[in-house]
Amino acid sequence: MLLAEQFPVLIVGLSMFMAYTMLLAGYLNRRLPFYMTLAMNSLVLILSLFILNHVLTVGPIRYWQGGWRPPWGIEYVVDAMNAYLLIIVVSMVILGLIYSKRNVEYEIEARKHATFYVLVQLMAAGLYGITITGDLFNMFIWLEIASLTAYALIAVAGGRALRPAYNYVIMGSIGACFYIFGVCWLYSVTGTLNMADMRLLLPLVYDNKAVQMAFAMMVVGVMIKAYIFPLHLWQPDVYTYAPSTISSMMASVHVKVMFYILLRMFYSVFTLGFIEHFIGLDMLICWVAAIAILVGSIWAIKQRNLKRMLAYSSISQMGYILLGVGLSPLSPWGLVGAVAHILNHAMGKGCLFMSAGAFAQQEGLRDIRNFEGLGKKMPYASAAFTIAALSMIGIPPTAGFASKLFLILASLDAAQYPFVAVLLLSGLLNLVYFWRVIDQMYFAKHEEPKDAAEVKEKGKALPLSMVAPMLILASLCIIMGIIWLTDIPLPLINHILSNLRMGVTL
Amino acid sequence: MELMTPLFVILCPLIAAALILPSRKHPNLREGWTIAASAATFLLVLSMAPEILKGETINFILFQSMFKGVYIGFKVDAFGEIFAITASSLWFLVSIYSIGYMRTLKEHAQTRYYFAFCFAILGAMGVALSANLVTMFIFFEIITVSTYPLVIHEQTPEALRAGHKYLAYLMPAGAFLLFGIMTTYYLTGTTDFTPGGIKSLANASQLVAIALFFTFLLGFMKAAWMPFHSWLPTAMVAPTPVSALLHAVAVVKAGVFGIVRIVCYVYGVDLMHELNLWLILAIIASFTMIVGSFFAIAQDDLKKRLAYSTISQLSYIILGASLLTENGIRGAMLHIPFHGYMKITLFLCAGAIMVATGKRKISEMAGIGKTMPVTMLAFSIAALGMIGIPPVAGFISKFYLCLGAWAVESPYGMIFLAVILISSLLDVVYFFPIIYTAFFKKPAGEISASGEGKIKEAPLLMVVPLTITAIFSIIFFVYPNMFYIFDLVKMAIGDIFGGV
Repeated sequence: MLLAEQFPVLIVGLSMFMAYTMLLAGYLNRRLPFYMTLAMNSLVLILSLFILNHVLTVGPIRYWQGGWRPPWGIEYVVDAMNAYLLIIVVSMVILGLIYSKRNVEYEIEARKHATFYVLVQLMAAGLYGITITGDLFNMFIWLEIASLTAYALIAVAGGRALRPAYNYVIMGSIGACFYIFGVCWLYSVTGTLNMADMRLLLPLVYDNKAVQMAFAMMVVGVMIKAYIFPLHLWQPDVYTYAPSTISSMMASVHVKVMFYILLRMFYSVFTLGFIEHFIGLDMLICWVAAIAILVGSIWAIKQRNLKRMLAYSSISQMGYILLGVGLSPLSPWGLVGAVAHILNHAMGKGCLFMSAGAFAQQEGLRDIRNFEGLGKKMPYASAAFTIAALSMIGIPPTAGFASKLFLILASLDAAQYPFVAVLLLSGLLNLVYFWRVIDQMYFAKHEEPKDAAEVKEKGKALPLSMVAPMLILASLCIIMGIIWLTDIPLPLINHILSNLRMGVTL
Repeated sequence: MELMTPLFVILCPLIAAALILPSRKHPNLREGWTIAASAATFLLVLSMAPEILKGETINFILFQSMFKGVYIGFKVDAFGEIFAITASSLWFLVSIYSIGYMRTLKEHAQTRYYFAFCFAILGAMGVALSANLVTMFIFFEIITVSTYPLVIHEQTPEALRAGHKYLAYLMPAGAFLLFGIMTTYYLTGTTDFTPGGIKSLANASQLVAIALFFTFLLGFMKAAWMPFHSWLPTAMVAPTPVSALLHAVAVVKAGVFGIVRIVCYVYGVDLMHELNLWLILAIIASFTMIVGSFFAIAQDDLKKRLAYSTISQLSYIILGASLLTENGIRGAMLHIPFHGYMKITLFLCAGAIMVATGKRKISEMAGIGKTMPVTMLAFSIAALGMIGIPPVAGFISKFYLCLGAWAVESPYGMIFLAVILISSLLDVVYFFPIIYTAFFKKPAGEISASGEGKIKEAPLLMVVPLTITAIFSIIFFVYPNMFYIFDLVKMAIGDIFGGV
């Protein structure tokens, strides 16, 4: 057995172990947990790069826990899709951690720091677990770990974050319940929890009402977690009041991993055969996505609080990914668009939330209307914000343009022309609400503060540890935008398409 | 022929932009970068012309894209080279002019201005050199975004409103263009510019082909065809060099360039005939020519009048292309550089008047010909060219346009010939009063004796470029092959009509 085949279990095992070690270390020294979690996640990044290499050169990794063969034992499966997602998750967690160092010092009282990083590490472990596992029930365990820690991390901010956090606990628990109900019913019909096994057994029982019900419940459950319209109501408050680091991490990776559960269910458990079995199901998904895209954007236009605007924008962007999934039975480009947008939105929205946090920390600004002259006062954060916003709008050559291109091509390929209009219209709506911010930052007239002391006091430069992640993400938005246009990602995309059994390659 | 030159042409403004930002504390150095980059760009572009005249295209593939049959890269053919030469040579002159203009008026945020300017030129160059619609779209959007800071440069509420209007027109246009491009790719499997048109487009159903054509027209709203023109006069709040280069040459010409690309290199002459699209396009162009001129007559603000004149003149190019005759397209292609040089002279004069006297309205310009003789002489030359009077370049392109209309094998040809002539007449109506006011009208208010007859020109950095462009407007009449323009046009015509 090759070494890389042991890595999946090492990633989750070490992450969990590290989380508890960190708690102990936190008693010794309050500053220790941060460095421990940073080191741990850097290690995970290296491991996951090896995994990606292995997956692309050798093939999917299957790891049997304790040597128990599936379908009895728990199986960890890493194919191209997981490996790709894993790298996104790890990189975003690392960048988020680097950013959080100084941001957390500002936003959260010192005595909570140790537990904060322990929770972040636990959440990361949960996310890695969801990404890696090949077992439906095991996925539920990791889902709960990732969700419970997220509830706590939101509540850490205290004050106004408490009510949204409570709201999220209720809604998230309902979602998790729905998911586990679905799993139970599937188990009662098929007698297995292993995804690969279930995929083979399910086609025989597509018309079984319990299976259909299970599908509906799991989809709705995950949709709550991934705040797909109209199940998004908990989300704007949470993103607005959570600590900036957590908003950034949740918008960039937490929700992507939640969505990944949906992706796995569609392609690896129920398979496209199930979706095609019920005429109109794919179109239903597409239309839900289309409404999410438009409604999210329109609400975002109404917002004045920057973070809340970004929250609504996220709802709209999750619609893009869902639209890609909905189009995928008709065109492989749909899945390409969804897969590409998972990365592109993670980079863009992560960067946007980080700069929103930086504005709040440096200048105390949360309301867009007060952003006059911000482009001069905080040039780097504003530049990062602008580039990420352009990516969200989909201006070439940024990453958002590539996903828009894939999704438009998918709509044309699938002969679903209304969605082309939806995508183009949404780009314009994005323009409206992001451009308003850019206008305020750079072009609105503002009066220079006369008091020199005030300037000096406020003019403290943003720490490098906060600027660097933002600028890295912003430049990645452009670099990835160019890379998506080239044929470099083609092998990865083809692997993902074949691993998810699309039956076609590009 | 594989050459790196197109890449270097694109890199020049990019490097300049990268150098401008750190040297914001040293204005001379900052402007030095702009001038160096513009000179380098122009020379690089010009160095490609001899190769192209040998009948080759200069290809440079940046990378293959994920889409089968689409690559991102450059293919410089004769037509692209014409636009590239026009834009890059004028960029050099306008850079010099900008220094005089911005410094005399003590404008704020000059670094942002030069930075955005570089990106706008990068976009224009990219549009000129790109090999297919996808590459072209990328640069098109770069133009749109990078010109926004230039339009709202003053940052007054009026400027911001103008900027929003600008985006409100051009961003949806970008969406239409993207839709058109993706549909073309979906229908034909390619987006490459092919002289004589993409053959497999003819297999699409007629309705789809016609709808697609309208999508493209909407996508090229940058060409300011009526009724989608009103962003252009509004954008005149921008500093004059911006209006001059971008809203007389780079941006609007990019739109017109795109339309000619679609007509001659995507649809092709045969398909345009078969679907009768040429007639629709010609009617739109004629409408714009006549109505644009009427609007121009009504303006008192000099820059606004020039803007409407631009709208009208751009449609000469569209009309010439839509006639689908050799001479028509020749006239259209010649009008791109010729109109560029003449219109930029007019705008530069308007800016010089503004800097020297602070006057914007034509009615205030009585007697200005006496105080600013060089500027107004240049203005008169360019205005004569606009009307189409020899010995200025405008005569040649209009002459070919008339020949093109004459050669159309349908009774409509006469109508379009009449439209060109009437529009030229209207040009007289709106340009002549300016010249008359400037030279022959006595200033209304009695000015002090000391001010009478004193020459008070704008700074030399502004007067020299506008004199050069005026002189070139005449040179192009005497020697149309300056910068290889005439040969390149001949080459392009040969490509489109299959070497006839």
